Amino acid sequence: MVQSVEAGGVQPDAALDGERLSLLGILASFITGLPNLVFPILAGIFGVRSADAAHILVPAILGLALGGSLFFRWLSWTRFRYYVGVEDIRIESGILFRTARSIPYERIQDVSIEQKPVARIFGLGEVNFETGGGVGEDGTLSYVTLAEAERLRELIKTRKSGQETETAAQTAVAVEGGIANAPSLLPEQPPIFVMDNNRLLILGIYSFSLVIFAVLFGVLNQFDWLLPFDLWDWTAWLGIAEKRGATFNDMSMAARAAAAFAALIGLILLGLATGIVQTILREYGFRLDRTEKGFRRRRGLLTLTDVVMPVHRVQAVTAFTGPIRKWSGWYGLKFISLAGDSSASDKGESNHVVAPLAYWDEIAAITDIAGVSLPEPKRILQRGRLIYWLNGLLFVLPLVTGAMAALFFLTDAGIQAAWLLLLIAIFTVSALLQWRFSLYWLDGDYIYVRHGWWNQNLTAAAQVKIQSAEISQGPITKAQGLCKVHLGLAGGSLSIPGIPLAEGRAICRAVMENIVTVDYSELNRHL
Amino acid sequence: MIDAEPAASAAPEISSIIALGDDETLTPIDPRDIPVTRIGYAIMMVPLIIGTMVLEIAQLTIAGIFIVPALILSVYLIFIFPPRQYRRWGYHMGSDRIRIVRGYLFYSDTVVPFGRVQHIDVSQGPVERRYGIATLTLHTAGNHNSSVPLPSLAHEDALALRETIRAHIKRDTL
Repeated sequence: MVQSVEAGGVQPDAALDGERLSLLGILASFITGLPNLVFPILAGIFGVRSADAAHILVPAILGLALGGSLFFRWLSWTRFRYYVGVEDIRIESGILFRTARSIPYERIQDVSIEQKPVARIFGLGEVNFETGGGVGEDGTLSYVTLAEAERLRELIKTRKSGQETETAAQTAVAVEGGIANAPSLLPEQPPIFVMDNNRLLILGIYSFSLVIFAVLFGVLNQFDWLLPFDLWDWTAWLGIAEKRGATFNDMSMAARAAAAFAALIGLILLGLATGIVQTILREYGFRLDRTEKGFRRRRGLLTLTDVVMPVHRVQAVTAFTGPIRKWSGWYGLKFISLAGDSSASDKGESNHVVAPLAYWDEIAAITDIAGVSLPEPKRILQRGRLIYWLNGLLFVLPLVTGAMAALFFLTDAGIQAAWLLLLIAIFTVSALLQWRFSLYWLDGDYIYVRHGWWNQNLTAAAQVKIQSAEISQGPITKAQGLCKVHLGLAGGSLSIPGIPLAEGRAICRAVMENIVTVDYSELNRHL
Repeated sequence: MIDAEPAASAAPEISSIIALGDDETLTPIDPRDIPVTRIGYAIMMVPLIIGTMVLEIAQLTIAGIFIVPALILSVYLIFIFPPRQYRRWGYHMGSDRIRIVRGYLFYSDTVVPFGRVQHIDVSQGPVERRYGIATLTLHTAGNHNSSVPLPSLAHEDALALRETIRAHIKRDTL
């Protein structure tokens, strides 16, 4: 079964045949998986309960389900091998579709041993090799004996040895320190950034919730028969339809306008209140500190959260703002960090707001500590081709003209169909704005990408933190000689759309030259 | 079968072929890709053909309204598409990176530096195994391109590529 090999001194030849998982593990996973079988078995029994041969069929179903489950677990057990090699761990698995995975020791950040209740009874554990960053599972051995699990963990520690050991320890601390009980060994330093109540209020106002607005509009739409006037009668509102306008006198128009105005004010106040309450609940007492282990963020009114973000795990920073708050010089800042840093989000995207509402100087001060220099937004110069953003018109134009034609010929609302032209205008203006606000800039060691005209984002990443580079083209962009560049970023995304192919290639080449100089293992090391 | 240490010379020869307006010449994937893709599509189309045949026999609708498009689609996917798709795949092993190019209408050109590879898979489905080819998948830490597949390499070549890339991971860190 499991070969006993002394830790640290494994001969590569000894592992040539590979090692199997614990045979008992089949039983453990079978028992763990039993709850999943309950429903199919019940359904099967229910299906045959009134058949003549029920007394034979019911045991048959039971046997088939249980036996089948056991059989397939056994089958995949026989097809599973792992090898402890000189440079990597190899895992071969799959019954029909075979996969041989190689995980280099250099990439193993952490080895976790998990003991689920059933496995514990059998003295087994599940070993997980975490390589950090990526989405999805890396390498799992379920199950091996506890002794074997410990041996593997020790072995990997030894393999990583030397200066690597320190890194592993640092990383482990970082992972554990991800939440709550961040130790404050040093006397508390003055915070880097705080949100006072004034700012909370301002942020609350900016967070004016359009969602509640939309919900209420929807509700009004459903129950508008309760209102004394027709909310959606635009022609009356604007008083441009002469036919109708003539039937109302000035007084009733004024009354209607007043009622509508009052309703609008009410909605706005409600939207404001929602935004302010949400903001205060989330950001109350916001405080960002620089600790030994990295950035420490505390916030919250009812639910207090306390997160530590190690500086070396920050992959990129994003400054965000909106068209209105920008006038007053307000920005927000978030860190994009290695996935798995935060217990809050198990999704691929993991980012932490480190300053919800701040002036540019304050933002720059924080990014300086994180080791990223943010340029003034104006300095970012490269822009894609306008035509790329107008491509959507290829779909919008036929759609709108089609709808207009249908309205014109099939109904008697022909003239009003012209309102649909407004859609085209809105789309065009929005496309123009998107184009104007989509910018990028390569600056020595950094890459800056800016996008969005309503929610404006400026992301800055050190080029060495990029994981891969891809150029993609669809049928339309291909005909235009344009492309989109995707740069792989751990925990976030970075893409530059609508640029000429040659320019895209140039970006990839430049970024790649910077990347290849540093290995991933060096990248997220605590310095 | 997996652990054999292939000589460096077993790495696929960078010979030709696909010129895409860039300076590098790309190595094509193994031509056995074509039959394997054909079989894959054929298996995929079986349920559709059976379904449309049932509809046809039941005579619920106008004759041929479903089965004719289904057959045309099958013929296209099984006979016409695979060679075209095959011609659009290519890769280039650099000294410190691998470049994988694919697709015509939806073209993509991905570069993964060896120094960013997290772990490497060599996998084979039943049909691939019968034809002796394998898929090499590189995993990176990025959210985009977290796994980059390179299908239809001769199995030995896939193993050789894996060894080469893994050796770089080792060397780069020293």
